[in-house]
Amino acid sequence: MDVIVCVKRVPDSEARIRIGEGAAAIDPTGVKFIMSPYDEYAVEAALRTKEAAGSGEVTLVTLGDEASQETLRAGLAMGADRAVLLAGKPTQDGLATAKALAAELAGSPAALILFGVKAADGDQQQVGPMTATLLGLPCATGVGSFEVKGDSVVCHREVEGGVEVLELRLPAVLTITKGVYDPRYASLKGIMAAKKKPLEQKAAATGDSRLTVEKLAYPPERAPGRIVGQGPDAAAELVRLLREEANAL
Amino acid sequence: MADVLAFAEQRDGAVRGVARESVSAAARIAPGLGAQVHALVLGAPGIGAAAADLGRFGAAVVYAAEHPALADYNAEGYAAVVADQVRSSGYAAVIFPATTLGKDLAPRVAALLDVPLAGDVTGLEVAGGALTALRPVYAGKAFAQVRLHATPALVTIRPNVFQPVESPAAGAVETFTPAVEPGNWKVRLVERKAAGEGALDVSEATVVVCGGRGMKDPSNWALLEALRDAIGDGAALGASRAVVDAGWRPHGEQVGQTGKTVAPKLYIAVGISGAIQHLAGMRTSKTIVAVNKDPDAPIFNVADYGVVGDLFAVLPRLTEEVKALKAKG
Ligand SMILES: Cc1cc2nc3c(=O)[nH]c(=O)nc-3n(C[C@H](O)[C@H](O)[C@H](O)COP(=O)(O)OP(=O)(O)OC[C@H]3O[C@@H](n4cnc5c(N)ncnc54)[C@H](O)[C@@H]3O)c2cc1C
Ligand SMILES: Nc1ncnc2c1ncn2[C@@H]1O[C@H](COP(=O)(O)O)[C@@H](O)[C@H]1O
Repeated sequence: MDVIVCVKRVPDSEARIRIGEGAAAIDPTGVKFIMSPYDEYAVEAALRTKEAAGSGEVTLVTLGDEASQETLRAGLAMGADRAVLLAGKPTQDGLATAKALAAELAGSPAALILFGVKAADGDQQQVGPMTATLLGLPCATGVGSFEVKGDSVVCHREVEGGVEVLELRLPAVLTITKGVYDPRYASLKGIMAAKKKPLEQKAAATGDSRLTVEKLAYPPERAPGRIVGQGPDAAAELVRLLREEANAL
Repeated sequence: MADVLAFAEQRDGAVRGVARESVSAAARIAPGLGAQVHALVLGAPGIGAAAADLGRFGAAVVYAAEHPALADYNAEGYAAVVADQVRSSGYAAVIFPATTLGKDLAPRVAALLDVPLAGDVTGLEVAGGALTALRPVYAGKAFAQVRLHATPALVTIRPNVFQPVESPAAGAVETFTPAVEPGNWKVRLVERKAAGEGALDVSEATVVVCGGRGMKDPSNWALLEALRDAIGDGAALGASRAVVDAGWRPHGEQVGQTGKTVAPKLYIAVGISGAIQHLAGMRTSKTIVAVNKDPDAPIFNVADYGVVGDLFAVLPRLTEEVKALKAKG
């Protein structure tokens, strides 16, 4: 069973973000980049699906610059079979990204196309369902676990106040959240093998970005807080402040 | 001039609080666009009557797409009906809630209409007739002011950020029966399981009581439950990833970069260090309280009020004080 996973290169979640000149983008100097954590869960889910089926290929697809090769190699080291780099510049316009991905994926024989639920840079949470809509494929978002059954896939997704079970006809698009998919570490053997796995590069078919960043700014400073007190005796004063000053209780 | 459409979310036939927020956000930008506010609710027959109240928050018209097959959310059915409504009325902007449903629905509507979408926005502004949106990026480490170069401009708004404001408008309900073809849907809802005795979801709560590794043992959650119960309506429990990973609490409660994003009126962090990935999920809360024995814990950098001390001593007293306050009314 063939599975495609769309992955993105993003700053490490620990990275300090500095706003670059012109305040339109971050300054990447010294920032460590990684595969977006949700995409790692999706790669893990794809590998388990292939293993359970006993055959098939896992293909990674990314839209990004040259440096995204590194992200793809990381996924190949986890166990993916092939990778495609759509060379281009991702923007905050998820629909532009989705169009480029859909152009690549249209007509693909893969039974499943997996995404992360959101990319840990723009946090837009949209490229998966947009791509699915462009391809006319059924899609479930925020899937924490799934199981392929014949020509359908049964998904568990967290919703407010509970869990929803959805059944989708294959081929289908799923966006993956952590759920049961703790990602495996790449073995040394995997890292060595990844160097020889096919990595195809072609130009991305991105249109114009119609969502532009006017200005990037640091979060508004929170008014400086204060320590109300030490130990249990501070509780009464805290509750008084929450009622009278913060109007929060 | 084109109007502004607010998608009104309902669940089990009841219009949800976030619907008022969407309508209020729409009402806020409408004057600058010279627009009226329309609301759109989808549901089983009768949903229009349940949504009539949205007029109070500024909806001039409440469109109600009533069909038995729309009683529960279904992405394919909902996206088609919303896209049809937008096409037929030609809106300047469409506002969805950044709830699980809204974040599932809005991208599909955007793709159907071929317009971009700004997700999870915390601010909306109109200048010179054009809409810009403010949205947290890089897990809240920066905010991007973005412009949408298409009509309609689609946004999802972060729950609890745009407070509902009463601003009465006509609220005329216009009910219609959309053409839906459930037979063609490729997704089937098998079941929906509620998590524990109808407990309020952390993302919907106005007060979040959040426990971290400092709680030491899952059995100690009784202390947090007591505080939650003392606060009462609108309060829910949250958890840090450390305790979710340890299996002490369900993932549905996790707050942070790989959990839920919350912006309650009051966030109480207990035994939580305040890692950057945790802050990503809660730093836009209105008031933040931290209880931690380590005065250098990073959580105190974002807390409005801090108590330095042993949570096992502080929590029971805090619960008592809240009870006393509530008893006074
Ligand atoms: C990619 C990625 C994604 C992540 N996503 C998330 C996420 O979504 N949410 C999240 O929360 N984390 C997330 N993390 C993990 C995060 O980095 C931290 O490890 C985690 O938040 C720590 O949880 P904690 O604060 O409960 O535990 P700790 O960091 O261990 O802190 C425990 C705190 O309790 C205090 N304490 C101990 N005993 C007491 C006592 N008796 N009284 C008072 N205080 C006490 C200590 O002083 C300490 O500050 C993520 C990490 C990565 C790498
Ligand atoms: N440039 C990209 N290349 C490949 N996949 C992407 C790209 N951007 C986003 N995605 C996929 O879409 C998911 C959601 O991204 P977003 O909508 O930006 O939050 C990510 O987790 C990836 O799976």
